[in-house]
Amino acid sequence: MTTTIEGSMEMTTQVETKRLRTLDEQYHLEARDINVWFKERHVLSDVSLKFPTNSVTALIGPSGCGKSSFIRTLNRMHELIPGAGLAGEIYLDGKNIYDADIDPVSVRLKIGMVFQKPNPFPTMTIKGNVLAGLRLSNRRTRDENELVEKCLTRASIWNEVKDRLDAPAGSLSGGQQQRLCIARSLALAPDVLLMDEPCSALDPGSTRRIEETIRELSSDMTVVIVTHNMQQAQRVSDQTAFFLAEENQPGYVVEFGNTEALFSSPNDPRTEDYVNGRFG
Amino acid sequence: MSKTQSRIDLKSYKPKDADRVFFGGASLAAALSLLLVLMIVAFLLNGSWTTFQQQGLKFVTGSIWDSASETPTFQIFPMLYGSFLISALGLVIAVPVSIATAYFIQFMAKGIFAKVAISIIDLLAALPSILIAMWGLLVLTPVATGWSELLTKHLGFIPIFANDEPNAFRSPFIAGFVVAIMVIPIITSVTREVMSRVDKELIAAAFALGGTSFSSLRRVVIPTARSGILGGILLGLGRALGETIAIYYVLNLLFETNFYSILEPRGGSIASLIISRFGEATPVELRALMAAGVVLFVFTLIVNMLATAIVQRSEKRMAS
Repeated sequence: MTTTIEGSMEMTTQVETKRLRTLDEQYHLEARDINVWFKERHVLSDVSLKFPTNSVTALIGPSGCGKSSFIRTLNRMHELIPGAGLAGEIYLDGKNIYDADIDPVSVRLKIGMVFQKPNPFPTMTIKGNVLAGLRLSNRRTRDENELVEKCLTRASIWNEVKDRLDAPAGSLSGGQQQRLCIARSLALAPDVLLMDEPCSALDPGSTRRIEETIRELSSDMTVVIVTHNMQQAQRVSDQTAFFLAEENQPGYVVEFGNTEALFSSPNDPRTEDYVNGRFG
Repeated sequence: MSKTQSRIDLKSYKPKDADRVFFGGASLAAALSLLLVLMIVAFLLNGSWTTFQQQGLKFVTGSIWDSASETPTFQIFPMLYGSFLISALGLVIAVPVSIATAYFIQFMAKGIFAKVAISIIDLLAALPSILIAMWGLLVLTPVATGWSELLTKHLGFIPIFANDEPNAFRSPFIAGFVVAIMVIPIITSVTREVMSRVDKELIAAAFALGGTSFSSLRRVVIPTARSGILGGILLGLGRALGETIAIYYVLNLLFETNFYSILEPRGGSIASLIISRFGEATPVELRALMAAGVVLFVFTLIVNMLATAIVQRSEKRMAS
């Protein structure tokens, strides 16, 4: 009897969450009319995407369509590139991260990033890499060892490195280095994790493990991942945005929606051509 | 017809006269520079050999310079020590300034400002040392004397800042300051070069992890470029050790070892010893001065070779 009640309550909660997510204010992260320039070149035009709490969003599309530029606008990394220009708004929990009174450092602490090429700090140890964010942002934690173990465990690399935490990060394999970079981002307890083609330099085995990690992380974190790999987008993401750029034109979003629907019955013929490998 | 056109006669090639002249000229020039170095080394060794034989190891470790007595004694330890003391003081001032300047030019200055800053640094490197010497004597010395007095007054309890002499002119501190001005361009340009080779992705990662300009410099850029920066510092040290005229102008040369009283007006360096004694030296003393030059040469050679090796190693490591 009790189980039934619990079961039905659980269901109600799920239904409610689904319903609430359709309302604007429930979106955790939202991009509105994002335009990007490099010097005079307009590379991205009017991109508006919504990222529900704890969802995984895949950004797909051919090279040079502005996916990586877009993902860098989400944590204000874009503005560090010389000549970069931006118009539009990014809302995190209802607040525009480009407002004048917002410290970009605080944005990057809330929205972490994993890069295409594994880039652990070569002069630091494995443990030092996990703690690098704390050191760089001048913050402290009560128990460093506990944090290191927690982050490395969540990035599913703890068992491989627990006996050599003081070894240089460069001694790890490429896949391990990328998982270390994920652990490094997790140490700052971000609400959002951005991943810019995190598996493009990795072998299939490492890729699979990182995909598993992404699924696990999405239980309490919003993930946005740029990928060239269509199968990967289908495996890890809840929703997918397809970016495209015609020659000498800025990139834009052709189609955005539920991943399954976008791959099985795309609305736009260009999306269909791309997901079926006819170009790109 | 087409057959004869496409045929190339391999045997018919004759080197042109201009080629031969150029090849000969270039080889000769290369041989000449090598010959010159060998001849200078031979001349120095020939001139200084008797001094090394007569004075032995004491030439480097002893502290007496007596050219008047019948069996003259020549020992250069106070001057050798002075050279290193002044160079060290110069580096203490120059290294932080150079690293900050290099970081500014490489990562903070935009467009035209970076270019202007680079030209100013290059211009500083091109200033003749006699001009820096005059500036050191006429402009820096009066000002730096004031700083020295302040340091003695407020921090005089620290031995290196104590001053028991009546004034603070012509001290190793001021000489070190002048040397710093001369080595800043060297260290800055090498540091900027190695910083420009630091992987941009590492710097991006530092910012993505909540880093600021300063924390990224301290935690990521400097550690990664560390050995290259060290090489640049050693190149600067090589320059500082050999500096002559600028130190001679601003330093009170005294033949005793001033170990740490950097604000007191007494000090020395091998190069200023040579320049101050050269005009009136007896033939025996002249040979001793040459021997002092050989010692200085050996030290700067070691420092320079070390610097080159370190810079090359770091470039190789960063390229891989």
